[in-house]
Amino acid sequence: MDSFDFGAVIAALPILWQGMEVTLLLTVIGTAGGLFGGILLALMRMSKSRSLSVLAASYVDLLRSLPLVLLIFWFYFLVPIIVGHPVGGFYSAVVGFIMFEAAYFCEIIRSGIQGVRRSQVMAGLATGLTEVQCMRFVILPQAVRAMLPLLLLQCINLFKSTSLVYVIGLRDFLTAADLIGGRDGRLIEMYLLVAMVFFVICWAASLAVGRIARRTAS
Amino acid sequence: MRYDWDWSVLFTDPYWSWLLSGIGLTLLVSAASWVIALVLGSAIGVMRTVNNRLMRTFAACYVELFRNIPLLVQIFLFYFVLPEVLPTPMGTWLKRGMPYPEFWIAVVSLGLYTACRVAEQVKAGINAAGRGQMNAGLATGLTPVQVYRFILLPVAFRTTIPAMTSEFMNVFKNSSLALTIGVLELTARARQVSEYTYHSLEAFAAASAIYVIISFIVVTLMRQVENRAKVQGTLAAEAH
Repeated sequence: MDSFDFGAVIAALPILWQGMEVTLLLTVIGTAGGLFGGILLALMRMSKSRSLSVLAASYVDLLRSLPLVLLIFWFYFLVPIIVGHPVGGFYSAVVGFIMFEAAYFCEIIRSGIQGVRRSQVMAGLATGLTEVQCMRFVILPQAVRAMLPLLLLQCINLFKSTSLVYVIGLRDFLTAADLIGGRDGRLIEMYLLVAMVFFVICWAASLAVGRIARRTAS
Repeated sequence: MRYDWDWSVLFTDPYWSWLLSGIGLTLLVSAASWVIALVLGSAIGVMRTVNNRLMRTFAACYVELFRNIPLLVQIFLFYFVLPEVLPTPMGTWLKRGMPYPEFWIAVVSLGLYTACRVAEQVKAGINAAGRGQMNAGLATGLTPVQVYRFILLPVAFRTTIPAMTSEFMNVFKNSSLALTIGVLELTARARQVSEYTYHSLEAFAAASAIYVIISFIVVTLMRQVENRAKVQGTLAAEAH
């Protein structure tokens, strides 16, 4: 191997940044949409209607037992068929990540709410709070505190998982690096750079989450 | 929405046998990676709890390094970068000398990645067993190695079975990433069927059904194991 070529990396920075924008966009939209879907699913799952609860539970179990790569392929082919015209890889991937994250967020939210002790709810109702007030002032403050670190870790996981859009050729950070590296014969520099960037971002983010977790626990 | 369903393509040759061989490779990659993950992960997990600063730091670095880089990037590093940065004879052996290079590189990178997750579970299991167990063991005259071997590790493995099961499910699902370096496991075969027949949805539905069925079998089996292996006196045993 010849020496590490910094020049090649610097020349590639603009295209790599475009890739990073796609990665960040997928992460942000996937998190926002997944959170919305996850709240909806968690409400369904904990509702008194048995059919809603079973429906949500089956959805969550199904999506959690499939590999993300397979789900990305699914939505890559399924979304254009449902919409009726080609939509491009980006929109298919966005839909796929939202559907997938919703299942994971649902489980985090549900276990956070169900982790609140029964006695707390009873005490709340005994003091004359309505069920809605009890949810708002007793359950949710405790539940959100418990689930916040897990939700944040799930965002970091999603950030790493977005690299899987490589399989449908969407130009995220990894795929952009792969294309340039292949073009210039600098794959080694590119892959090492990608690994370092992901490591620094994810490591710093997980340290921050650890700090938040300690603060909310006390 | 218009789509011509034709499920019969799944049962015609060669597509039928493609999917079957895909199942075999998925199971093989998962099982082989799991062996590496379990052995190495246990070692790293133990190192995170021992009374030796150097070993603890090394183990912590391992976990942070492998946890914070996407698995796909790790696979590429092992497949494309490692052979180039190693001395030439070793690099050439990795690329061409050894049998089934894609398979083994997928297995090793998946194993090393999962080891960092297994290590965290083992560490948590040992810590949950408590300092008291360690001190009690030492007081009865066992050496530290014996305390790990006969007390801490057996308890840790029994209490972490549910977590380990979900880690195995992760390996099983993550084995699909092997397709990026050309291992024709189940997801790759499904895509191949989709490309040859244009019946993408049937092919992916078949693969999905297979993943769900295998997950269901593994989870059911592990629930049996978990029931038998419950440690008396813990909350889990009382709940049963």
